[in-house]
Amino acid sequence: MSTQDKVIAIIAEQAVLEPSDVTLDSTLEDLGIDSLGLVESIFAIEEEFDISIPFNANAPEQSDFDISNVAAIIAGIDKLVLEKA
Amino acid sequence: MKRVVITGAGTINALGHSVPETLEAMREGRCGIGELEFRDVERLAIRIGGQVRGFEAEGRFNRQQMSLYDRFTQFTLTAAKEAIEQSGLEFHGDLSAKAGVVLGNSGGGMQTLDENYRSVYEDGKNRVHPFVVPKLMNNAAAGHVSMQYNLKGPSFTVSTACASSNHAMAQAFQMVRSGMSPAMITGGSESMLCFGGVKAWEGLRVMSKDACRPFSANRNGMVQGEGAGIFVFEEYDHARARGAEILCEVIGFAMSSDAADIVMPSKQGAARAISGALQDARIAASEVGYINAHGTGTAANDKTECAAVADVFGPHADSLMISSTKSMHGHLIGGTGAVELLACIMALRDGVVAPTIGYEEPDPECNLDVVPNEAREAKVDVALSNAFAFGGLNAVLALRKV
Repeated sequence: MSTQDKVIAIIAEQAVLEPSDVTLDSTLEDLGIDSLGLVESIFAIEEEFDISIPFNANAPEQSDFDISNVAAIIAGIDKLVLEKA
Repeated sequence: MKRVVITGAGTINALGHSVPETLEAMREGRCGIGELEFRDVERLAIRIGGQVRGFEAEGRFNRQQMSLYDRFTQFTLTAAKEAIEQSGLEFHGDLSAKAGVVLGNSGGGMQTLDENYRSVYEDGKNRVHPFVVPKLMNNAAAGHVSMQYNLKGPSFTVSTACASSNHAMAQAFQMVRSGMSPAMITGGSESMLCFGGVKAWEGLRVMSKDACRPFSANRNGMVQGEGAGIFVFEEYDHARARGAEILCEVIGFAMSSDAADIVMPSKQGAARAISGALQDARIAASEVGYINAHGTGTAANDKTECAAVADVFGPHADSLMISSTKSMHGHLIGGTGAVELLACIMALRDGVVAPTIGYEEPDPECNLDVVPNEAREAKVDVALSNAFAFGGLNAVLALRKV
């Protein structure tokens, strides 16, 4: 599975949707994922990719990790995976 | 209904090992938060906290006691000694039969859990110390206080996360006010600053890596603390008859549930607890001069709390003071309301309002007088102490100068 497929699977599970309902330009809000769901999704992504995501729920917009849509999340993960390698 | 006064106070927390030391630190706006020191701290992303320093349990407690006292019990007994000695009460006969101890606590013996899980899971040992259960149970501290001081009345532990101490003190208050008991020991304690305790909080992603800055626009989360705050709540005539020093009066309380979300606070739930405390105390909103805020330093709590205060107090919200001492001692979770009650006592008795330190940038959503960075002299007749817990469980106490 590619990063994209894995991330979409995680987000779809959190949103209780089919992976086909999650597109690259979907926002978490569009998908009905609230702040608790977001924190759980980030945890699942960290576990899947064995990375640490710099994310503080108090200041999501100031965190060094873009969660504005699915594509941004995938790009952020690719960057963290690359840095780790 | 009986009047209820506080005739003894004791504490140990990151600001000091006694009430005078703690109040001095609050007056000076000193910060007790620093680098955490314990095993495996390097595996944490969050490495700061309001840790109690220089506390040697050895010497205070004997070997048999040490095998039964988790750190939260040690803190409780240390604070209880100060409070009960100050009150001058001795518990014999009828007083002993009616007086009890109601304490707040959330995590129980987390240090004991952490050490023993490590031993069986990580070190692969198959045997633990025989007293693990009586050491880690949430009510261990209340039990030991009752034994040490011969308190044979109603005694139990209340667990409502960050509101535990306020809920506990509200119970003790009711028992004295109703005439059920002439005196109650109450307050709370917590000791979660160990690897497992901080790791669990870290997962929630609401912790700050650098400082607790309540109400400041650049706040970025809460910081944990540890310690205890213990008080003697006594019936007014009982205290007067024996010439006891009265620190302040407890005049009312209210509890409410948000019935909404397990972690996100609700303005309505908080406002109902605040206005309920005013009604229970039969005071007008305009009499309140100071509120010790829940003020955790998270984005969600501080703006919600300020909105609730604005709703309840209307225009008077702009003329009262509201500060969060968590900026100095950190968030003591189940013990926090107890340590914070000390700031209310200082405001009422000494006329000094503790500051919110670490305040750097005004936040339009927290547009109240948060007593930024420096303590302030002011005559305060009535003070409130807020606590709003995960689970949406809220408890607010009202106190008056005597």
